[in-house]
Amino acid sequence: MTKAEPALAVRGLCKSYPLPGGGRTAAVDDVSFSVAAGGSLGVVGESGSGKTTVARMLVGLVRPDAGTIAVNGRERTPGERGGKLPGLRRPGGGRAARLRRAREIQIVFQDPYVSLDPRLTARQCLHGALRLHGRYQGEAAATRVGELLDQVGLGKREADARPRGLSGGQRQRLAIARALAVDPQVLVLDEAVAALDVSIQAQILRLLADIRRGTGVALVFVSHDLAVVRHITDDTLVMRRGRTVETGPTARVLDAPKDPYTRLLLSSVPREGWDPAETVRLRGELAGASRAD
Amino acid sequence: MLLDIENLTLRLLPSGAAARPLLAEVSLTVGRGEVVGLVGESGSGKSTTARAVLGMLPEGAQASGSVRVDGEDVLAMDPDRLRAHRSRTVSMVFQDPRSAMNPVRRIGDFLTEPLVRVLGLPKRKAAAKAVELLAAVGLPDPERRMRQRPHELSGGMLQRVVIAAALATDPGLLLADEATSALDATTQAEVLALLRGIQEERRQAGSGLGTLFITHDLPLAAAYCDRVYVMYAGRVVEHQPARGLFADPRHPYTRGLLDCSPALGDERELRPIPGRPPSLSDTFTGCPFAPRCPRAEEECESWTPVTIPFGGDSGPADGGSAACRRLELVARSTA
Amino acid sequence: MTTLTAGALLPVKVRARRPVPVMLAGGFLALVVVAAVFAPLLAPYAPDAVDLSASLAGTSPEHLLGTDASGQDLLSRVLYGARSSLLAPLALLALAALLGITMGTVAAWYGGWVDTLLSRVTDVMYAFPGLLFVVLVIAVFGDGLTTSVVAVGLAYAPTIARYTRSLALSERSKPYIDAYRVQGMGGARICVRHLVPNLSGALVGYLVVLFGEGLMSLATLSYLGFGAGSPSIDWGLMVQEGQDAVVQGALLPALVPGTAIAAVVVAFNIVGVWVSDRLGQGR
Repeated sequence: MTKAEPALAVRGLCKSYPLPGGGRTAAVDDVSFSVAAGGSLGVVGESGSGKTTVARMLVGLVRPDAGTIAVNGRERTPGERGGKLPGLRRPGGGRAARLRRAREIQIVFQDPYVSLDPRLTARQCLHGALRLHGRYQGEAAATRVGELLDQVGLGKREADARPRGLSGGQRQRLAIARALAVDPQVLVLDEAVAALDVSIQAQILRLLADIRRGTGVALVFVSHDLAVVRHITDDTLVMRRGRTVETGPTARVLDAPKDPYTRLLLSSVPREGWDPAETVRLRGELAGASRAD
Repeated sequence: MLLDIENLTLRLLPSGAAARPLLAEVSLTVGRGEVVGLVGESGSGKSTTARAVLGMLPEGAQASGSVRVDGEDVLAMDPDRLRAHRSRTVSMVFQDPRSAMNPVRRIGDFLTEPLVRVLGLPKRKAAAKAVELLAAVGLPDPERRMRQRPHELSGGMLQRVVIAAALATDPGLLLADEATSALDATTQAEVLALLRGIQEERRQAGSGLGTLFITHDLPLAAAYCDRVYVMYAGRVVEHQPARGLFADPRHPYTRGLLDCSPALGDERELRPIPGRPPSLSDTFTGCPFAPRCPRAEEECESWTPVTIPFGGDSGPADGGSAACRRLELVARSTA
Repeated sequence: MTTLTAGALLPVKVRARRPVPVMLAGGFLALVVVAAVFAPLLAPYAPDAVDLSASLAGTSPEHLLGTDASGQDLLSRVLYGARSSLLAPLALLALAALLGITMGTVAAWYGGWVDTLLSRVTDVMYAFPGLLFVVLVIAVFGDGLTTSVVAVGLAYAPTIARYTRSLALSERSKPYIDAYRVQGMGGARICVRHLVPNLSGALVGYLVVLFGEGLMSLATLSYLGFGAGSPSIDWGLMVQEGQDAVVQGALLPALVPGTAIAAVVVAFNIVGVWVSDRLGQGR
């Protein structure tokens, strides 16, 4: 770890939701981590582990109950909540604050079929993002759109196509370009390659590695796929039921796991000589251990 | 042979509707007690193949070749026979268990209904058998499950219920179409361990269950199945015993899929296959993989794919076949 | 993990051609619009040309659809009547759509108490018998076409608001909307630029159906004497004026405008349902 300010520092993040029968369930419970500039962190866990809630809190779509998120040492002001009318007291409100927050962290979602406005062409989509942030005008904006399309490997034909006319991989490239359009410090990828064909998935992973190298953006890679995380991240955080069970350099966590839950996750990854019954056995042990607690 | 598909070709009519056949000369077999993988990306025709086994062809499709289950051609069955075939001989498990179930009906009804309708069991007996089935697929507290509705169960539990229902009528052939793809990896492993256990039980009971395991995940198929077929653009491009796949994939597409699938404990860089999987509007003059193939030569673009057998380490029995022109050259030179 | 199956790549069935009823209904509506626009050219007589000698004439070469009690040519009156009968529902719909879509979108977007408040307001208006509400408004503000257009427009707004709200709620949960929030776009701008335009397919079909209903409601008001009054020419009013003739054995004065209303309403319905089927599933 360098002494420099981490690109992203998260401390004591908590979020709970009310249960239908009363009481609350903790979706995320005291999660902390940091990512260096140009670094990449994998957040892994099963569904219900809270990893997606972490992603949504990072970008301000979910408001944390407690904890802080800081980008380059500067604490993020909490975003406005969905249920509030504008102008009725917005702690972090105001257009300028909103746009500044947007330039801190961006996100790419899982399903490229619903994460783009179906009415806009690729070019219009990127123009919209640039216009919103008002950093490029006229000719410069058009040039920047060209650069972005080029950066994610979309050609002339794709530039003027609407999402319907693009394949899943091309849509995901466009979603990445849209996120990059605002020059974020941190890019969150929420299962961003899970819905893609295997051959396309590898293309996108390589693109992300190139972007990280080229722009120095820090990546937070939220995924259920340990093999993917093994390939693209420096550090890994394993979550279970909202809590961190293990964290450290990816090679260490996934090659020599300390926590039985990490071992359980690893046992479920198919490989040569794989026996799925091993997962059943480890799950049994884990359940036994938690009963003994 | 339990399932024997021979030279199945499906074309969409009118001929202008699609540029190429949905399926081209697909041949595959599943024996009793076998787990056979069918792997491909979207548009490869793997699901279309599975549906053809049920006698469900896409609207306006014209079929040639044969799909035999227990020696009887599914494509030639009349509607009555087809209904019996679907409800007794073959069962299918889909990716999304929630869409396979009526959300307002209880789990118990979902299970007992086919028992009463197909097997003609009296209601009480059917209910008892349903509880047995739920216990057999590893659901705790099966009596309570019978009274629950789908939304009260997790995805993994529901997929177990669907599997229990699929096995209720004691079919000979199970079609699992991405049956575990929507589940957590750990749940997927648990469900597969369960299926493997059921397979073993049936083998010992002498009524071998054959499974056609359809997935986009080549490492999963190679790790779980006995034999694997790889499909590309409506064709089977490679077939061989699963254990040979990791070490010795013969078709450049199979090799490409393995090279671009991330694996644990493996530091090599991912090598993506360039381009995208072909859609139905893409046409080919020769080998469909040639435009994406790193080893393609000019002749590949005019080479009509044929399946070329290759032998395994211990003779032709554990060998396979691949539809690659380069392989043909190799085969000729050694002959 | 979700994977796209082969089904997603199957070619869309060769687009079915427009079904015959839709073609007929669409063609008919086009004719009606042409009739309204070119009424002065098409009408054989001035719509208010009184000819007492030809009172209650049946069909004849001079009067293709007969005449009313004052001997006014029914064909000419129906052609001219198409103008107010089409323009008034259009104005009504513009008002209702503006109010309804705004309310529905605001309710869906902000949720919480805003949604509760707006939903209660629409519930009350929804539960209140529409005709009663309209008559009440007219009683307060006086009758006439403008008042009835505004009154019916207000009565339709809650229906549109409800429909919009349900559409907007499901659209709002799509990740592309989240993406714009993360990009720092304000709620109002997201709604106007991205959310509402993406509802337009379903909304337009619905509004086309409502157009027919609006025409019917206005005709009813005119018939009851609350809407357009003499000397304006309106189909509803024509039915009312023609009903006395029925007693005298002449059916045409009531039948001609009545048929016009019914045909136009049915045609709008057919086209509207088709449009919402087509546009709603367009992606």
